[in-house]
This record gives sequence, C-alpha cells and structure tokens, in this order.
Amino acid sequence: MRPTLSLPWLLSVPMAAFALAFLLLPIVRLVQASGDGEAGWGLYADILTNERYLTSLRDTVLVSLAVTVAALAVATTAALFLDRNRFFGRTALIAILTFPMAFPGVVVGFMIILLGGRQGLVNEISKDLLNTRTVFAYSYIGLFFGYLYFSIPRVLLTVMAAAEKLDVRLEEAARSLGAGPWAVLRDVILPGLAPALIASGAIAFATAMGAFGTAFTLATDIDVLPMVIYTEFTLSANIAGACALSVVLGLVTWALLLLARQLSGTTVAAAG
Amino acid sequence: MRRNRVAFGLQLTVTLLACGFLIVPAVLSVMAGVTANYFKGIAHGVTLKWLFEVWELYADSIWLSLLIAGACLIATLIIGVPAAYVLAKNPGRTSRIIEEFVSLPLSIPGLALALALLQLYGTWQGFRLSWWFILVGHVLYTLPFMIRAVLAVFSVIDLKTLEESAASLGASPWRRFRDIALPNAAPGILAGALTVVTLSVGEFNLTWMLHTPATKTLPVGLADSYASMRLEIASAYTLVFFIMILPLLIAMQIVAQKAQAKVRP
Repeated sequence: MRPTLSLPWLLSVPMAAFALAFLLLPIVRLVQASGDGEAGWGLYADILTNERYLTSLRDTVLVSLAVTVAALAVATTAALFLDRNRFFGRTALIAILTFPMAFPGVVVGFMIILLGGRQGLVNEISKDLLNTRTVFAYSYIGLFFGYLYFSIPRVLLTVMAAAEKLDVRLEEAARSLGAGPWAVLRDVILPGLAPALIASGAIAFATAMGAFGTAFTLATDIDVLPMVIYTEFTLSANIAGACALSVVLGLVTWALLLLARQLSGTTVAAAG
Repeated sequence: MRRNRVAFGLQLTVTLLACGFLIVPAVLSVMAGVTANYFKGIAHGVTLKWLFEVWELYADSIWLSLLIAGACLIATLIIGVPAAYVLAKNPGRTSRIIEEFVSLPLSIPGLALALALLQLYGTWQGFRLSWWFILVGHVLYTLPFMIRAVLAVFSVIDLKTLEESAASLGASPWRRFRDIALPNAAPGILAGALTVVTLSVGEFNLTWMLHTPATKTLPVGLADSYASMRLEIASAYTLVFFIMILPLLIAMQIVAQKAQAKVRP
C-alpha cells in the first residue's frame, strides 16, 4: 500500500508548505497583532464605539449596497437581452461588457476621472451645453460609478451563464396561460435566476467592501473602510488598529460570500 | 405586442448605455495617450512621444511585472496543479475544507492579506525588500484560480476509471499522474495559466502595500502616474497596460469557447 499513499502525500507538499507559511501563519499573526496595541483586545470594543470607524463602516456598506443594486439591475437587463436576442455585433457587445473585468482598481479609478474629473468628458460637455461645471469623480458618486464599472462584468457573466440554462418552455407555458411580459419576468425568469443573482450580488458587494485601488486613485479623503485601514497603517502608524479593522473587514466579506454560497449552491469568488 | 416592443427598447437602451459607460473612458484613455495635447484635442495632432516617455520613465516597472507574472505562473503550476490532482482524487470533507482555506484570498481583501504578510515577514529585510515578497502576494491571490480551473476539468472527466485501467496495465502512481492526469487536465491548466498571468500583471491591492521604491510593478507605476504625471502620460501608460492584457483576454475567450464546444457536442 505504501507507494499509492506516498505520491498524493508528496504532491500536496508544495501547497501545504505554501499555505502554512504565507496564509495560515500570517493570518494568525495579523489577529495577534490586532491585540498588541495599548487597548489590548478591548480594541475591538473600541472600534464599535469609535465614531470615525462607525461612519466609515456605514458609508462603505451604503456605497457597496447601492453598487450591488445598480449592478444587478443593469447587468441582469443586459444579460437577458444578450441571451434572448441574436443580432450583428452581439459578440462585440459581450466583449465590451466583460473586458473591464481584468482592470485593476487603479485603472478603473482613472476611467472615472476621464469621465467625471476636472478634464473629464462630462465636464467638457456640460461646460459647452449648460455653461456649468460638472465634476463628480473625486467623491462618493465617483466611487459609486467606479465600483459599478468593475461590478457590471462580473454580474453579467454569472447571470448570462444562468440565463442560458433557464427552461424556455416554462416561459412559454406562462405566456400561453395569459401572463404578460412583466409577469413572466417577475414570476418565472427572476425566480429561475435567483441563485445566480444572489451569488453575483454577493461578489459585487464583497468586492466593493474590500476595494482599495479605485478609492486610492480618486481621492485620499474618501473614508471607505479600506482607505481608513491604509491611512491608519501608513500615516497614523496605528498598527493594531489597522490590523483589527482588517480582521473585521476580512471576516465580514468572507462570511458574506460563504452565506451566499450556502444560499445559491454555487462557487462564489470576489476577485478584484 | 406593443408592450413587448417597449420592453425590447428598454432592454436595448440599458445594454447600450452600459456598453457606453464601460467603453467610452477606455477609448478616451487610448486617444489621450496618443494626443499631442489633450486640452486642445486629438485633431491638433497625434504623437507617439508620450509612449516613448512612458517607456523611459517606467520600463523597469513593466519588466518587473513581466518577471513576477512569469514566476507567479511557474509557482502556481508547481503548487496548484498537483494540489488540484490530490483534491480531485480524494473528494470529501477534508478536501473541501482545504480548498476553502486556500481560496480565502478570494474573499479576504488584498489589503488585509498584505498587512498579515507585513506583520509576519516585515522585519526580515532581505525578503521584505526583494521582489520575492511581491511574488508571494501574487501567488497567494492567483493560486485559487489555478486550483479551481484544474479541478473543474478533473470533475468532468472520469479520472478514476482512466487511472484504474492504467494501473491494471502496471502504471505506477507517478506515471498515472504524469501520463494520464496531466494531459487530460491540459485545457484547465491552460485556462488557469492565462487567468494567473492576467491577474498578476494587473494586481494592485496587495502589491501597493508590499512594494518598495526599488520594487515597483506596472500597476504601482500606474497609480504613481495618475497622481503625479500629466494626463497624456498617464493615458499612454494605461494604453501600454491595455496592449499587454488584451491578447491574454482574447486567448482566455478562445480557450473558454473551445471548452464549451467540447462539453456540448
């Protein structure tokens, strides 16, 4: 029996060594470091009463929620449209809608500056047509559009894959029973897509919660949680605080995705 | 039928607006990168001088990104492919927990992972200051993609029957891995490899925390150019990034289409 046992053991050594040295031990150290400050483990209680942290947490959750709702609405509409219709240029539209998935957060931030920044397209048009300045890039509105920019491709791909597998006969049956298009959408299509919507909604929400590059490019005074962690660590040298906030943020996004996977039964990953 | 037409028109509008939202700034960026003066507009002159200037300023960061992406690919192949094989051969609770654990970097923000690495290895100067430190971050983040891509292939082929017949012909475990499992996993390995390289070239969240002035990667350079360079240079640098990832994205699409064609005869 020995040879059949030893090969799998050998093959899993690289992963085991890597995961131990660079994932398990660092996470243990991170948790430990969060209790190393003056406040000790009481720091976690302090976080819950610190007004700056709470405001930041609230704003991060609000902007992430808004992005999730908007991305689900826009991407589901587009996904159903692209799934149900065949026309010239369809492949090009799909390519355009999925291409930005590989953009890092910083590039997405730059895209928003080109749209809504001081030299941006929207400002130029509004100066010409309305004679007013319209600059929205360096605020929560810019952040919202930035997160929407990288959420649309992720939601679209998941929903399109699910839409392909929907049983069209169910819709035909509903229609033959007299259901209008909105009733079919509400009672047949959307329930059928529910697992994909939950999964991709969770990805969009968790990605927005943890995103750093976009906020970093747009403005350093947007106080979303990752930016607060960054400034606590680099500017305030509040190592324990930064570690504790990281632990909280990591736990929240991980738990959310786990829950979404339990509900939807599919693999969910918040890449970005 | 009227209501159907309204619905169709609405869907088309939303789809086109979404496309416009995603593609317009990318086109603006490409144009700005080759415009002599963005303030005056592209009609006043097209130039490649910004691209040359980017090369002068940031060639080092571009080379470093390519080096790290290559090293990251090798590392994820060595670590991820055998790991996926072991996980596929031993399905069960333990394997699921292990897969879940190594997939943690997908759901924990890069910033938190980078802080964790800094806390443990930050004082080990020789490691902290070298590009190997960034490489570790990239492998951490991309490894789950390689493992999942390979696992996905193993889950559709009947690995067990294939291996049993090879074993009955006297093939050793090692030969079964090399001659049966690896060739069958090739499409997954290819898809995983493309994903790993694309993600590594664009990785910012971890890299920003892990880099030093001597180890700047392409996206770190991008952030630097967005903050301190004129719009034309920032755009030209973004154009360089687009040119680097576009072939990877197209290759990924082709691989995915081929895989789909195989699943549905």
